[in-house]
Amino acid sequence: MIKKITCTICPIGCKLEVDIEKNTVTGHTCKRGEVYGIAEVTAPTRVITSTVKLEGGIYPVLPVKTNGAIPKHLNFKCMELINQIQVKAPVKMGDIIAENVLDTGVDLVATRSIKKG
Amino acid sequence: MHYDLVVIGGGPAGLAAAYEAYENGISKVLIIEREKELGGILNQCIHNGFGLHTFKEELTGPEYAERCIDKVMYSTIEVKTDTMVLNIEEKYIHAVNGVDGYMVIKASAIILAMGCRERTRGAIHIPGYRPSGIFTAGAAQRYINMEGYMVGREVVILGSGDIGLIMARRMALEGAKVKAVIELMPYSNGLSRNIVQCLEDYDIPLYLSHTVTDVVGSGRLEKVVVQAVDENRKPILGTEKVFVCDTLLLSVGLIPENELSKNAGLRLDPRTNGLIVDETMQTSEEGIFACGNVLHVHDLVDFVTEEAQNAGRNAALYLNGTSAKAKTVQVLNGNGITYTVPQLINLSKDIKIKLFMRVSRPYYNQEIVVKCKEQVIASFKKKVLLPAEMQNIVLETKQLREIDGNILIALEEAE
Ligand code: SF4
Repeated sequence: MIKKITCTICPIGCKLEVDIEKNTVTGHTCKRGEVYGIAEVTAPTRVITSTVKLEGGIYPVLPVKTNGAIPKHLNFKCMELINQIQVKAPVKMGDIIAENVLDTGVDLVATRSIKKG
Repeated sequence: MHYDLVVIGGGPAGLAAAYEAYENGISKVLIIEREKELGGILNQCIHNGFGLHTFKEELTGPEYAERCIDKVMYSTIEVKTDTMVLNIEEKYIHAVNGVDGYMVIKASAIILAMGCRERTRGAIHIPGYRPSGIFTAGAAQRYINMEGYMVGREVVILGSGDIGLIMARRMALEGAKVKAVIELMPYSNGLSRNIVQCLEDYDIPLYLSHTVTDVVGSGRLEKVVVQAVDENRKPILGTEKVFVCDTLLLSVGLIPENELSKNAGLRLDPRTNGLIVDETMQTSEEGIFACGNVLHVHDLVDFVTEEAQNAGRNAALYLNGTSAKAKTVQVLNGNGITYTVPQLINLSKDIKIKLFMRVSRPYYNQEIVVKCKEQVIASFKKKVLLPAEMQNIVLETKQLREIDGNILIALEEAE
């Protein structure tokens, strides 16, 4: 089967055609596009950014991110987890908010410092 | 109160400009910020993709901001937050806050870094009722990402610029049903990466060459009417589609925030709605510099930082009395180019100059050609040029020496 996708690595945005059985890519203009094409079709990953509830801070929420990309199909599972978390101020940027999210080996970390409010 | 340098605005532009001036030996520096904390718009841009050029890694907005803020905090730069600048007269800044009250601050040099604001519904003339549930995308972003409340459940977004796309994903992740993104133009103004990761990932349809022609609801928004538009962007009768929704987000463009500049009598460029500057980022008033979105709307914060460092460095040179005045030429825009920044160049300096510009529509296989009196000074081959992506070119010292009059920048078909 051929899957048609757009390469998102650089602004040129080449239209790629990925042959899933043969693991081959056409339509790319550089090597990075080929690597992206295979990865995006076989095992797409995304970094999730969101907020968790924050108690006692100058804002009621704290921005967080997965400090690496996780499989795309876990996006909403990851959000469910994020929506259950509540942390207390103060928080420092880079603090681990949840370890090893959904067994991906990736942690959820704070993306800013927040003082007590 | 007297400072060597006062920077107005504590977002990425103001922070980088102040720090660069400080690094270049200017010790009495003040940043004035109207919000309760520094960082500007980055604080609400919790998605990633910032800083690939500046920090060589992919950061979220708040992370990028915090790195800039930390540098300033470990310096002797002073900061006044929650402070509103009312007026600038000559080099006197009139400002007010709850602690100091009304202040007149004298500055030997000023850097303007007030950023930009969003276009609103009024600015784009959407007819219909006036129910609640209509937000600018940036306002909704602040509510969700900083104030912590969700703005709606069933959403239509007008405008496919990057903020609109980012908000589509954000709302979808938070469990809202994003029914459509509507774009007036036949192409999106967002990065293709955002089209893929914000729309396609969440099966959100993008309607190109469409617009919102009616808004219905008493109290809360109930539905919007969307119509296809013809090549003159006029709605086509009989193409009406109705979307039931409680929320409409407007992502219809940003305008440089220049009320202060206007009142101060500084010259503005009608093409950018921003200030006119030369290659040192100096405005039409000596000793007043500007950088960031107050000049032109950037799509990458990395370029804001770079431009701000340039402004900070030149403000320091000015304060040290080492900036030399030279013959000034204009940078004119020709075929396919909507504007350039800087708009003016001072000749006879041993420097290279980076020029930023935007194209008027998508172009393929073109050359950006720089000419002076019909003579080609430089040309740059480009495979793809999109209006969503700011272009930049660098003119080297050698090329600058060939310039002896106004220069014209235009697109030409590449062979
Ligand atoms: S294939 Fe290469 S040139 Fe084409 S979009 Fe991807 S990275 Fe860019």
